[in-house]
Amino acid sequence: MRKLAFVAPAWLYVAVFYLYPLATNVRMGFQDFTVTSFYTGVAPFVGLRNYREVFRDPAFAGTVTNTVLFTAGSLLLQFGIGLALAVFFKRNFPLGGALRSLLLVPWLLPLVVSGTAWRWILETDSGVLNRTLLNLHLVSEPVPWLASTDLSLTAVTLVNVWVGIPFNMVILYGGLQAIPAELYEAAQLDGAGAWQRFRRVTLPLLRPVTTVVLTLGLIYTLKVFDVIMVLTQGGPADSSQTLTTFSYDLSFQQLAFGHGAAVGNLLVLVAVVFAIGYLRAERRTP
Amino acid sequence: MKRLTAAAAAFAALAVLSACGDGAGTAKDDTGTLTEIDYYEAAPQNTQLPKLLDACGTEVGVKIEHQQVPRAQFMPKLLQQASARTLPDLALVDNPDLPQLAASGGLVPLKELSTEGLYPSIVTAGQYKGDTYGIAAGVNGLALYYNQDLFSAAGLQPPKTWDELTAAAKALTKGTRYGIAFSAVGTEEGSFQFEPFFWTAGANLKQLDSPEAIKALTLWKDLVDGKAASRSVVTWTQADVNDQFMAGNAAMMVNGPWQLPTLNAKQGLKFGIVPIPIPAPTAKPVTPLGGEMWTVGRSNPERERKALAVLKCLLGKDKSLEWSTAAGYIPSNQAAAAALAQSNPQLAAFVEEVATAQARTADLGTDYPKTSEALFNAIQSCLAGGKSPQEALKAAQASVK
Repeated sequence: MRKLAFVAPAWLYVAVFYLYPLATNVRMGFQDFTVTSFYTGVAPFVGLRNYREVFRDPAFAGTVTNTVLFTAGSLLLQFGIGLALAVFFKRNFPLGGALRSLLLVPWLLPLVVSGTAWRWILETDSGVLNRTLLNLHLVSEPVPWLASTDLSLTAVTLVNVWVGIPFNMVILYGGLQAIPAELYEAAQLDGAGAWQRFRRVTLPLLRPVTTVVLTLGLIYTLKVFDVIMVLTQGGPADSSQTLTTFSYDLSFQQLAFGHGAAVGNLLVLVAVVFAIGYLRAERRTP
Repeated sequence: MKRLTAAAAAFAALAVLSACGDGAGTAKDDTGTLTEIDYYEAAPQNTQLPKLLDACGTEVGVKIEHQQVPRAQFMPKLLQQASARTLPDLALVDNPDLPQLAASGGLVPLKELSTEGLYPSIVTAGQYKGDTYGIAAGVNGLALYYNQDLFSAAGLQPPKTWDELTAAAKALTKGTRYGIAFSAVGTEEGSFQFEPFFWTAGANLKQLDSPEAIKALTLWKDLVDGKAASRSVVTWTQADVNDQFMAGNAAMMVNGPWQLPTLNAKQGLKFGIVPIPIPAPTAKPVTPLGGEMWTVGRSNPERERKALAVLKCLLGKDKSLEWSTAAGYIPSNQAAAAALAQSNPQLAAFVEEVATAQARTADLGTDYPKTSEALFNAIQSCLAGGKSPQEALKAAQASVK
């Protein structure tokens, strides 16, 4: 009895702030929820119609491809660069600590601020990146980073990588610290070179941390919204639209809330699948 | 016993939550204060409107609580208020959004207010299923601004036709300066900027891939491909376009009268304004009607009566002229607009166009936002994605079917 009383507030909190909105969103995905529904409160159930219409939307296929490319590209580069930096900073060298702290800056800045700065940097005509490239004669005319359907996804992905490197580096650095130095000494005595020590000692022992970083990174990247919103709003012509910005666009720009909720539910579903996979993997590792 | 305590705690928490909901309801019964919402974020509009509201509030004998939210959150905010039954008494709604909002049933029909003497297109834009739900104090449109110093240095006259526009834009493109700037951003603003060319060419929103529509988009594509306009037009809002023009990065721009207060304040900038160029000397310019409509949200008879009284004051001759002058709008009243054009030559081009302007929702009503999205996506995929105007517009037409 007493136990229940202690648990109740937690349950209430979860119910009010997580279960209720989630259930509402799931329900909304099956409703014809229009502008009128807000005033009248009437939103007829339409079964899977919202989902069918979303799948048939000409923008949907491109949006899914964008989401996959954005997520895979971000994860790969964030993890790769983050790991390289973590290994680099493991050595002791002058100013190493200061440099490592400085690398955290992207993480500390509000995304709207850094996103706006990047928008200026990447501006076609007056952005500092194009000015530099032109002055170095690396390009003959300005590169339309955010103003071309071919480049916008690459541009937002690179900015997102910049945002994500500190997170990867910090967690992986922590993981590296936990690997006993004796193992490296032993490997060295056995004649393992630097690359072999990395492959046979660092990577296997880092696996639990790697799983955490990649799963969390995946969930974070799937739901990235602000970076894209500030840089391109999903444009031009939906070329940098991902499922999150698509869902926002459907709900809050086109005011098709049923469709927006359907896309939101798909996202939740994907995240849940990966989260379950992660929990399974967690259980398997001793 | 313990379980009961827990249940009681849960119940108390829910009661607190629902009490918050009731709190808003009680506020609604107070008729001494009216609420107002709009999306003006910049001066002079956001400083002038509260002044007018206070003046009209004093006249009617109510206090008016003024609230502003960013444009992108305006409709969601109104909808959220509609669902909580706390719609503001007065809302200044962008005219293409009006039919959707009226369809929700949350607005009061403005039967007692007269629309006599107003431009017919403005009256149409405020109607839904035959009833008037919104009336604008002032409207706006788009015209072509040109930099007088650059034009006279090049010995050019402001363009009247599309050919002249393209020629002037090419002639004035030099170094980091482009001949022309316009907004092809992926929002309603992009469609709004394109519609003068689209309609003047003779195209119709019901058929996005007509030869006339292709002709209009080809004009824009040639300007961008010919480097007479920046590729960044797909990311520029109308405010960005104005910044480019003020900074001397563009010799011409497509923009509205609401930029006038800012432009006039800029030292050393000499500019002129002409109507949007037309494809052939015989064509009739048709521009989209821009501007916001006053609406009254449903509450109780007493509040609605007071809100209507305030609206009558805001739409009155003096107040609407005061608003138009201070905020860069064209009065909705035809006679007032004509008088203003006489006294202020800067507005002449806009006034001329408002007479033939078309309400964006006139043909499509509540379907307009979806078609507009298809249109701005087509513009973007053509200007930024290398699609031909035909392909882009064909895809757009297919997506709205």
